[in-house]
Parts: sequence; C-alpha cells; structure tokens
Amino acid sequence: MAVPILKQSPYLIATIQSALSDADLLSLRDSLTEQVGRFRSRGVIVDVTALDVLDSFASRTLRDIAYMVRLRGAETVIVGIQPEVAFAMVQLGITLEDVATALDLEEGLAYLDKKKLNSGRG
Amino acid sequence: MKEVDEKDLLRELVAHLRQHRTELREEWARRITDAELLTAMSREEIFAEATSVYNNYVETLETGTLETLHAYARNLSERIIPRGVETHEVVGIVLLLRDVLARSLFAKYQDDFQLLNRVLDAYEPAANRIANTVAVGFVQERERIIREQQEAIRELSTPVLQVRERLLILPIIGVIDSQRARQLTEQLLRGIRANRARVVVIDITGVAAMDSSVANHLVLTVEASRLLGAAVIVTGLSPEIAQTLVRIGVNLGKMHTVGDLQGGIEEAERVLGYKVVPIAESSERA
Repeated sequence: MAVPILKQSPYLIATIQSALSDADLLSLRDSLTEQVGRFRSRGVIVDVTALDVLDSFASRTLRDIAYMVRLRGAETVIVGIQPEVAFAMVQLGITLEDVATALDLEEGLAYLDKKKLNSGRG
Repeated sequence: MKEVDEKDLLRELVAHLRQHRTELREEWARRITDAELLTAMSREEIFAEATSVYNNYVETLETGTLETLHAYARNLSERIIPRGVETHEVVGIVLLLRDVLARSLFAKYQDDFQLLNRVLDAYEPAANRIANTVAVGFVQERERIIREQQEAIRELSTPVLQVRERLLILPIIGVIDSQRARQLTEQLLRGIRANRARVVVIDITGVAAMDSSVANHLVLTVEASRLLGAAVIVTGLSPEIAQTLVRIGVNLGKMHTVGDLQGGIEEAERVLGYKVVPIAESSERA
C-alpha cells in the first residue's frame, strides 16, 4: 500500500495511515528520496500519528529516510509519535538519534520554517 | 511412677503457670528491663501489655490453637509499632517469657528428671510455636504498614504543571521506585501531548537519592519526551544523584541539566524565545 505524499511547497508531507509492511516502508523511503530531487523540496515531514507500533525496522528505515533525504539537500522531521509508542521505543533502546522529531504536523512545519530561516540566505 | 497422659501434663503445667502468674510476670518484666528491651515504653505500659501477653501465652499453651494468638499478636503490633518497637525487641521478650516459664517448670519438676523431660516435651514445641507466631504476626503487621505507606507515597500524585505556553514543570518529591518512575513518565508524556509542550523542566530537588534503575528510567524519560518533540531540562540534582549518574555511565550529552529550578526555568524560557524584563520604573512621565 503506497503512502500518500503531499506536496506542500517547499516541503513534502507523507502521512502513514496504517501499519506498513517492510516492503512498503522501503518503497516510501525510495519515493521520498526521489521526489525531494524532482520537486526540489527543502523539507520532509513523515507523520506517524496512526501507528501504534514502531519497531526497530521501521525506526531504522525512518532514520535512513532522514539521512538519504539530507544527502539530497532536505531536512526530515518525524511527527506524531504517540506517548505509548515513544515509551515502548526507548525501552527497547530505539531512540531515533540524529533525527528531528516534533509533536504533530503543525509543530513539524514550524520546525522546518525555523530551520529554513536559520540556514537559507534567500 | 504414674502413667501420665501428655494432655494431663499440659493441663498441669498450665495450671502451675496460672497459679504463679504474678511472680512469673514480675520476673519476666525484670528480665525485660535488664535486657534493655522496650526502652520506648514506660514501666507502666510494659506491665499493662505484659499482663495481657502472659495471659494470651498461657491460654495458647492450654488450647493449642494459634489463630487467637496470631490475631492478638497483630493487634499488639499495630499498637506498638508506632511507638518505635523493633522486631528484635518483640522476639526478645517472647523468648524471655519462654525462658522464665521454662525455669519455673525446671524448679517444680527438678526432683523427677524423667517427668521433667516429659513436661518439657509437652511445653517446648508449644512454646516455640508461640514464639514463631508472635514474631511472624509482628513482621506481617510491619509489612502491611510499609505497603500502606508506599501506596500513600505513590498516590501523592505528581502534577505536571504548565507555567508558560509550551513549558511544563514536573516537580518530583520523595522516594521514587521503578513503579512510580514509570507512572511519572506516562503522566509526563501524556502531558506533553495535551499541552503541546516544547520544553519540560523536571525538578528533582526533592529526591534525595535514586538507584541506577530509576536513573536509567530518567534517561528513558528524556529520550521519550524528545520523540514527542519536547526538550527536557533536569534540575536540582543532589551530589548523590550526580554521582549515581556518573557511575552508571549516563551519556551526559543526552541530558541537559541546570543546577536549580530557577535556572532551569530561565533556560527553558530562553529556548522558547522568551525574555523576561522588569517593567521599567519610568522616571519620565509624559
């Protein structure tokens, strides 16, 4: 099941709506990496509000998305991690270091706007 | 030599202990004072309790049923634990009573060694069961009180307080065990989401010490909060806790700490982009 990716210039917003298979996650990763180049996006938001589980494969893939997208010139923010999911993750030692996180879509956009302001000179 | 049934022997020695109760009780009270037990209680109090303990003891010897004694022991414990009486004192005085009564039996039956042996065969198992029952009753009562206190502490609900837009404070006071730590984390994460907090100040000035599992839990809390988009500042670490954190090798790069709550709030305000400025006492008035 493909994850819908919305273009909200200059950002891309991917909203995960249900549990994804490993193949779906990899497909999302590849789509985002490709589209960042095609649309010259400055930022990517991955919304995981609907997920009640984030296992180590999913977390690793989210990290990969952040790294690959950064290599293509954009910043990634993971938003919508639920309290129970966050708790379960840290207990398993999955901390998503080096990946920006925010509470929800609104916060994620605010974060990207601030980053753009700080780094961009035009 | 008379063929004496064990039950008759028991009845005989119980009658003897009842008959001589005044002097035996005084002997017992004297031994308690000599052994410096029950120092938390006055002589009058000791005497009052001694009377009822003695009567219960002898009655249990007679009936052989321990339930009444067990209930009495828990009741007694409930009264004397708040007075600061310790386990070794309770066990000590029961054993002293056992000895005082045994000596009295030695004295009575000293002329007939075989009879004395049979009397002791009847007395000793019963006396030991009594000592056991009283000690166990006391300890159970203590454990019940401790459990109640732990519950009470747990229920001292730690509020998650919003002091500014996007800024939460979690003041923690008292003893944290793993269960309470878990409760606090869940409460905090829910609070972060509900208040859309960007910064949380966790103040542990009121926590004297924490073991390594709770310290690890604190680190987990910081990490989990970050996943919800909130930065955590920990304030009020005591020297002991600082030592614990260093000892367990916490990655201090992950934990942002400030000395006291005031400093923590000021830092949080900075992070959020607030600047607190005194209202200028304007000398120029238009």
